[in-house]
Amino acid sequence: MSDTHAESVAFVRETALPPTAPPMAASGPVLWARTNLFATWPNAILSIAAAYVIYLILAATLPWMLNGVWTADSLRGCREVLDGTSGACFSVLTERWNQLLFGFNYPSELYWRPTLAFVLLFVAAAPVLFFDLPRKLLIFTGLYPFLAYWLIWGGTIFIPLVALIGVIVGYAVYDRLVKRNFALGFFSGIAAAAVVWWIGGALIEQFAFGAPMMEEIASRNLGGFMLNMMLGVTCVSLSLPIGVALALGRQSSLPVVKMICVVFIEFIRGVPLITLLFVANVMLAYFFPPGSGVDLFLRVVIMITMFSAAYIAEVIRGGLAALPKGQYEAADSLGLDYAQSMRLIILPQALKISIPGIVNIAVGLFKDTTLVSVISLFDIVGMIRGPILASTDWAGVYWELFMFAGGMFFIVCYGISQYSQWLERRLATDHR
Amino acid sequence: MAEAKQMQVSDEVAISIQKMNKWYGTFHVLRDIDLTVHRGERIVICGPSGSGKSTLIRCINALEEHQKGRIEVDGTVLSSDLKNIDKIRSEVGMCFQHFNLFPHLTILENCTLAPIWVRKTPKKEAEEIAMHFLEKVKIPDQALKYPGQLSGGQQQRVAIARSLCMRPRIMLFDEPTSALDPEMIKEVLDTMIELAEEGMTMICVTHEMGFARQVANRVIFMDEGQIVEQNEPEAFFNHPQSPRTQLFLSQILGH
Repeated sequence: MSDTHAESVAFVRETALPPTAPPMAASGPVLWARTNLFATWPNAILSIAAAYVIYLILAATLPWMLNGVWTADSLRGCREVLDGTSGACFSVLTERWNQLLFGFNYPSELYWRPTLAFVLLFVAAAPVLFFDLPRKLLIFTGLYPFLAYWLIWGGTIFIPLVALIGVIVGYAVYDRLVKRNFALGFFSGIAAAAVVWWIGGALIEQFAFGAPMMEEIASRNLGGFMLNMMLGVTCVSLSLPIGVALALGRQSSLPVVKMICVVFIEFIRGVPLITLLFVANVMLAYFFPPGSGVDLFLRVVIMITMFSAAYIAEVIRGGLAALPKGQYEAADSLGLDYAQSMRLIILPQALKISIPGIVNIAVGLFKDTTLVSVISLFDIVGMIRGPILASTDWAGVYWELFMFAGGMFFIVCYGISQYSQWLERRLATDHR
Repeated sequence: MAEAKQMQVSDEVAISIQKMNKWYGTFHVLRDIDLTVHRGERIVICGPSGSGKSTLIRCINALEEHQKGRIEVDGTVLSSDLKNIDKIRSEVGMCFQHFNLFPHLTILENCTLAPIWVRKTPKKEAEEIAMHFLEKVKIPDQALKYPGQLSGGQQQRVAIARSLCMRPRIMLFDEPTSALDPEMIKEVLDTMIELAEEGMTMICVTHEMGFARQVANRVIFMDEGQIVEQNEPEAFFNHPQSPRTQLFLSQILGH
């Protein structure tokens, strides 16, 4: 209160105070350093100590990296060039570049195929990741898995074509019947797709369509960072919808559905991934009909997908639990049915809450794809530990190789992390 | 005034509840509720907290399940058949104490969502209906904002507009003003009064006794899961019969 009113209790404001700008924060690099680095004595000592530690680290690594050799053809060659001075032997990266990326069995004249698939991946992922883009682009996203399969594995185009037709027929049947009953639509859809695949498979076998054919590459010839990317992208994109279904199933009022989901989640979460991978390698073949020879890549994808889907389900369950009960009630009171209220009201909000957790799982899953090296698949780590380090030329070049592998994973994981932060900001509409 | 109120009430029965009972576990929340609401009637339900008044109106659109007795809404008997329930819910609008707007959708999307998905109204038409009702609750200029940017009173009016967009024949209000600041209560009550004057069938759980006097045809007092007393507002407030009602009224009107 102002002085003129200080002596009286009664007070009436006659003029409104105009709003003023907040006081300017003092700025300038010197002031910044003084307030953030040298505010107090202990603070200053810590700052200097930290600077010294950073200096030590850089002093040890920078010369080693800057002095690196990029052009020698073996470790011995590196040592000759270095002539006793300290320096990295990056030549292994340039010399084995293609092996690190594609494995050692992929025909080098066909590298353009996975590379093209990789480039198209960005086109396919864009409309999913950035939903402001025109929705029509999603058509390409839908076609991409079949196209990518054909590009990477090659073979007759009729295999991905039959797979695609099966999916379309299955969806059409589902769409027709789902209005009557969800379970009816769901299972008829799957049955219809299976029938198409079965007939299509028989036709391909029978007539051995050879015309539009690309050279076929077997799964065991895939490798390098390409294998990590393939496993990571496939498993993340499959485990998200499965995780959503499991999370909803766990909340279901149907006891059988609920029990299946709980048992699945608890079992898969309780088992180490590496055990599941060994199962995929050795045992899963027993579950499929004899002679079907389900591909090792597919078996690994199934296992990693199940594993991460169980985790994602629990993260999403957390998001569902965080929603106020009023949201369910409001959706119900407007007459939305279960599928509509989940799709339009509950999941958009629950998934938004779950973004950090889901990204956590996705990043972890992507790095876990290196575990396939223990079941003798030659992903980037498998390549390094196996063919490269075991060769007489490069035995002993640990730092450079594992730094490279780490760097590749870091680039992808940091990208995922940045995207998720952008997504959280983009979806922030609650103005809390 | 009482006459005018009586005029709008038709003989047609909108809601009929017979011998309805509900338990939470072993706790008997609603006991032998009998209630008939005619089309155009405005009913205010009051009572102490825990008396079952919210539970009663939530049973009407099956947000809560009743275990015994019969509820008939607009000629449809409430059963566990989901199609039945969805049909009733799309005919009965509801407003909640905490508004329950969808925070990830704009005000306009909040209002058009149910008409588009439940009534299959074309988007354009749904938006016109939504703007019509947003004008009615006097906030068309907020249509493109998100619920979090609005005040409590505005949010509750949006919630009313959202229900009205489904063209309900009955509106349920579950303590619509209890979470609001005093200044905002009036704007919400004004909206409700306007709605009442247009002849909407309404059941309101509220402690706004001024509203009850002005709008209600009937006031119902509930305690311990039973309807203790019901009467026209004048008689209810001036000459309460049951001692429990007298005590309740003396407490809420006492100061």
